Amino acid sequence: MITLDSVTKVYPDGTTAVQDLSLTIPAGDVAVLVGPSGCGKTTTMRMINRLVDPTSGRVIVAGRDTATVDPVQLRRSIGYVIQQVGLFGHQTVRRNVATVPILLGWRADRIRRRVDDLLDLVGLPPETYGDRYPHQLSGGQRQRVGVARALAIDPPILLMDEPFGAVDPIERARLQQEMRQLLIDGDTTVVLVTHDIDEAVRLGDRIAVMGPTGHLEQFASPLEVLGRPATPFVADFVGSDRLVRLLGVTAIDVRRLQPLHPDDGSAPQLPMAATLREVLAAILSSDSGRVRIGDAGVLTMAGVRETVQAAIAGA
Amino acid sequence: MIAWFGDPSHWQGSAGIPARLLEHGVICLWSMALAITIALPLGVWLGHVRRLGMTVTSVGNLGRAIPTFALLILLASWEPIGVSDLAAIIALAVFAIPPILTNSYVGIREVDARATDAARGMGMTGRQVLQQVELPLSVPVIAAGVRTATVQVVATATLAALVGGGGLGRFVVDGFGRQDPTLMFAGVLLIAITCIAVEGAAAALQRVITPRALRPPTPSLLPRHRPAPSVLWKTTAALDTPPPR
Ligand SMILES: Nc1ncnc2c1ncn2[C@@H]1O[C@H](COP(=O)(O)OP(=O)(O)OP(=O)(O)O)[C@@H](O)[C@H]1O
Ligand SMILES: [Mg+2]
Repeated sequence: MITLDSVTKVYPDGTTAVQDLSLTIPAGDVAVLVGPSGCGKTTTMRMINRLVDPTSGRVIVAGRDTATVDPVQLRRSIGYVIQQVGLFGHQTVRRNVATVPILLGWRADRIRRRVDDLLDLVGLPPETYGDRYPHQLSGGQRQRVGVARALAIDPPILLMDEPFGAVDPIERARLQQEMRQLLIDGDTTVVLVTHDIDEAVRLGDRIAVMGPTGHLEQFASPLEVLGRPATPFVADFVGSDRLVRLLGVTAIDVRRLQPLHPDDGSAPQLPMAATLREVLAAILSSDSGRVRIGDAGVLTMAGVRETVQAAIAGA
Repeated sequence: MIAWFGDPSHWQGSAGIPARLLEHGVICLWSMALAITIALPLGVWLGHVRRLGMTVTSVGNLGRAIPTFALLILLASWEPIGVSDLAAIIALAVFAIPPILTNSYVGIREVDARATDAARGMGMTGRQVLQQVELPLSVPVIAAGVRTATVQVVATATLAALVGGGGLGRFVVDGFGRQDPTLMFAGVLLIAITCIAVEGAAAALQRVITPRALRPPTPSLLPRHRPAPSVLWKTTAALDTPPPR
């Protein structure tokens, strides 16, 4: 569990980067920080591993005020993907990923296995990429090495600052999927910064929207942030198409299904596990405007709208 | 000239070529050892703690402004040191310190801040950041400083002969004294050849100690992506504004 308690950061030059920020991230949750550039996301993240010390307020990690903890020990238990990647140019990809295990004194064969598994996970087959140097990788590949490096010891806390910013959309979607699998029922507590609202919605248990002056506008589930923005700033930030974004993370509700009709034989069909986004896409391409959901019934445009509105109301 | 080099007597004894070369080498080694011992750790440490950038550059520039010859005469005329190799060793060390100090400082200081940031973020101690990240990444720059200093010292060690020291300078000084142009030019030729050989050896050594990924693709006299060492160690700009952390 990570708790920020009225945390403020004023840099020596007088810039107020974070203002009276309070939030609690339960153990095992994924919290996503979003907000305009310069609103203090990176600063907030760096106060968790004490790369930045708060001007006032407290940061509590695993029950202890970080101000009282040795920063080196604290950081070794926290995986950190820095915004600018920061690979070590003189070391191979494998050696970069092995950094923390080596610091912790793991045995060589254990390190080797772990590193190769991680490289596979981030889509960089170790036999091809393991012995390369960072300058022999593309920007997106370097970013993925940075992610693998942060995951190396499977840390209880993971801080990721725009980890997939330079990765192409297809690979990014795959990585998000992998991260979801990894995080969904794991006990890793994650703080993720992204500029991609869809990524925030897809990965976050909760989303923290930060305003331009470094204070928290809303901290709530994706459904709530998109469905019921707390302030005009949040509504503006998540965009007028916020409910469209919601479709991708809203499940089909059986209560909104209409009974099957004899003419529905030719209607497109989707499984119960489909998202409303897929349903909507199928409705748009069907002649009747009806989509069969398994054998359970049919969804129409009205059904999609009702499902979304009910989800928002229930959130 | 060829006859001079062909004369076996010039290759023997305490005034022969091998003996003078050895003297020259010993003077250079001692002065470089002295300069490296002082300047390298100091520059590295100041770069690591990011302090006193102004002072380091000032020392660099000041050091360059001290006329080695004048310092040599001064040391030689000072009783405790006197006319000897020692005067030359100290004067040459003073001469070698600025490039080593400045390059060590700049080399560490200019290491990619993102890499040191990530290193700290992953829980390296200050010492581990220095040993595992800053030092390896700054080898090309630090080595360039040492190499520049070495070649300059080897060339300048010629002056030792002026204060009664040994070395290849003796041939030139003696040749001058005896109005013997052959001897003088033979000395100059020997010094030139020695400098070229040392430069080549230093370049090869620099390449060997540079981490593979940071090596230039083909052997080259200058490290890739970096200004020539002689230019680099004059750098004064951008040293005193701390990069974003
Ligand atoms: N070391 C520093 N010294 C002074 N000001 C700083 C420092 N680091 C950041 N700032 C300022 O603090 C504010 C917040 O910076 P921060 O890096 O936390 O923003 P961010 O939300 O991560 O932005 P981005 O989305 O562009 O990465 C900015 O105005 C920035 O200029
Ligand atoms: Mg940032």
